[in-house]
Amino acid sequence: MNPVRIALRAGRSRGLVELRQSVTNGGDLFNHVFWPVLMLITLWFLRDRQFGPSGFPLGALALPSILGMNTAMAMVSMSQQLTADREDGTLLRAKAIPNGMLGYLTGKLISVSGGLLIELAIFLLPALLLVDGLSTARPTAWMTLVAVLMLGLIATLPAGAALGSIFTSARSQGILTLPILAVIAISGIFYPITVLPQWLQTAAQVFPIYWLGLGMRSALLPPSAVVVEIGHSWRHLETVAVLGAWAVAGLLIAPVVLRQMARRESGSSVADRRDRELQRAR
Amino acid sequence: MTADDTLVVDVAALRMRYGTTEVLHDVTFQARRGEVLALLGPNGAGKTSTIEILEGFRTRSAGHVHVLGTDPARAGEDWRARVGVVLQSWRDHGKWRVRELLTQIAAYYTGYTTPWDPADLVAAVGLDRQADQKIRTLSGGQRRRLDVAIGIVGRPEVLFLDEPTVGFDPAARHDFHDLIRALATEHRTTILLTTHDLDEAERLAARILVLDNGRIIGDGTAKQLSRRIAGRDEVHWSLDGERFSQPTDHPARLVYELYREHGDDLHDLDVRRASLENTYLTLMRRAEQAHQGAPADRELR
Repeated sequence: MNPVRIALRAGRSRGLVELRQSVTNGGDLFNHVFWPVLMLITLWFLRDRQFGPSGFPLGALALPSILGMNTAMAMVSMSQQLTADREDGTLLRAKAIPNGMLGYLTGKLISVSGGLLIELAIFLLPALLLVDGLSTARPTAWMTLVAVLMLGLIATLPAGAALGSIFTSARSQGILTLPILAVIAISGIFYPITVLPQWLQTAAQVFPIYWLGLGMRSALLPPSAVVVEIGHSWRHLETVAVLGAWAVAGLLIAPVVLRQMARRESGSSVADRRDRELQRAR
Repeated sequence: MTADDTLVVDVAALRMRYGTTEVLHDVTFQARRGEVLALLGPNGAGKTSTIEILEGFRTRSAGHVHVLGTDPARAGEDWRARVGVVLQSWRDHGKWRVRELLTQIAAYYTGYTTPWDPADLVAAVGLDRQADQKIRTLSGGQRRRLDVAIGIVGRPEVLFLDEPTVGFDPAARHDFHDLIRALATEHRTTILLTTHDLDEAERLAARILVLDNGRIIGDGTAKQLSRRIAGRDEVHWSLDGERFSQPTDHPARLVYELYREHGDDLHDLDVRRASLENTYLTLMRRAEQAHQGAPADRELR
């Protein structure tokens, strides 16, 4: 068999092993459960509230929005895992074996998307029992949800890989947290975006979080809920365009920065980071 | 050992500069199939830079470098499959089990060669009892053996090791040396290792390159180096409580002459063979004197 296909297959098994490890180990399991449970609690408090004059239940608006937000967060997990793997020498190992980087990235795509699916399920199953006003009986609902999910992964994972190659240490990733929270706040996840001033709405529409939320709402809400949205439209074309632009940008930039980052890795660069870390721990 | 004439590593006039600091000035050496070569030198001599250039992990500033007939800076994945690198692990793959990781890594080589069977390999490096243990629970010495196993799983034709036994206890070091020797003799692997441990270089390597300040200042077997550089053995003795010593190329003749002259008054007679340790120190001293005019050169990585 050809070595590239062998590496892709090895990458798949690598991803599945990592995914299995992440559900059989306490720390990782906690990470999988923590965010979905937090979102369930949020949903619990929102369940009886209504959105202004439309009288639409906020819980029903928030549930799909949260799914969209979580999907966008795959970018952050990808970025964090890449940085951590570079820091501890996992990437250097991949670099030292033939087609190892290809296998590594394949594995990472599988384990990050698999982890996302687990987290979405942990949130979605109880949430469906908690919230009224969704329209989930239509077959197009779930088809749309899967399509939005796929588009979201293609838009966010390469961008996450690019981001992860830029940060040199897990600590420096911390500076991402605040801007991400800010983008979540203006992306109409927990409250419709239309109540925000125009310039904030414009800013939010640059990032995938808003569009993934919108896409998920178009999947799970009844058609009448469209009156809550900007321009009274689900804007499917615009959703595909913006997420597609993120995907293209990510797919163009990620290989370049990944290659650059990988080129710099060597035994002594890992040793330097280890020494710095040990010094800090002392 | 069992080196033959096939050239595996060929380095000529290698230079490396970081910014304005020159780390390697002019490194030239060759290694043949099945040869074990030690790169010996103090910290900052340029050992790691040299080996990382050969591994293809670092780009040189100038010079000619061929490993297995290919320039590592431009080599592809099929070259990578023939080269083994023993990395110093830290905490990577901590959640993986030993055999699981070796199986994963072995898979990549199947398109190029027949990699080791992971079960045989864990036995070969003495990790059979830890095969199903999580890597983060291994001791330092066990992790290091796993590093070697990962480096050789693809049956490389050439193996690079940077400071392989740092932090080993004597028993682990002994086992490790046996493993390296077996690789060279049984599998005809060319092995290049760096060390600042003289004893290790002497024990493992058929040839030793002494590197100081980015230059090779000695190249040969331990015996050749001793003869060529330190050159002379030393005879020590005492007469009437006073101590004497004299370097000589013919210690037996000197001892005979001393005895003929002083008879039983001769005490504390001691013939010291030129040792690698003395050689090494002599080399370092000479290199230092040669570089005293250029103190900036010593500020290395």
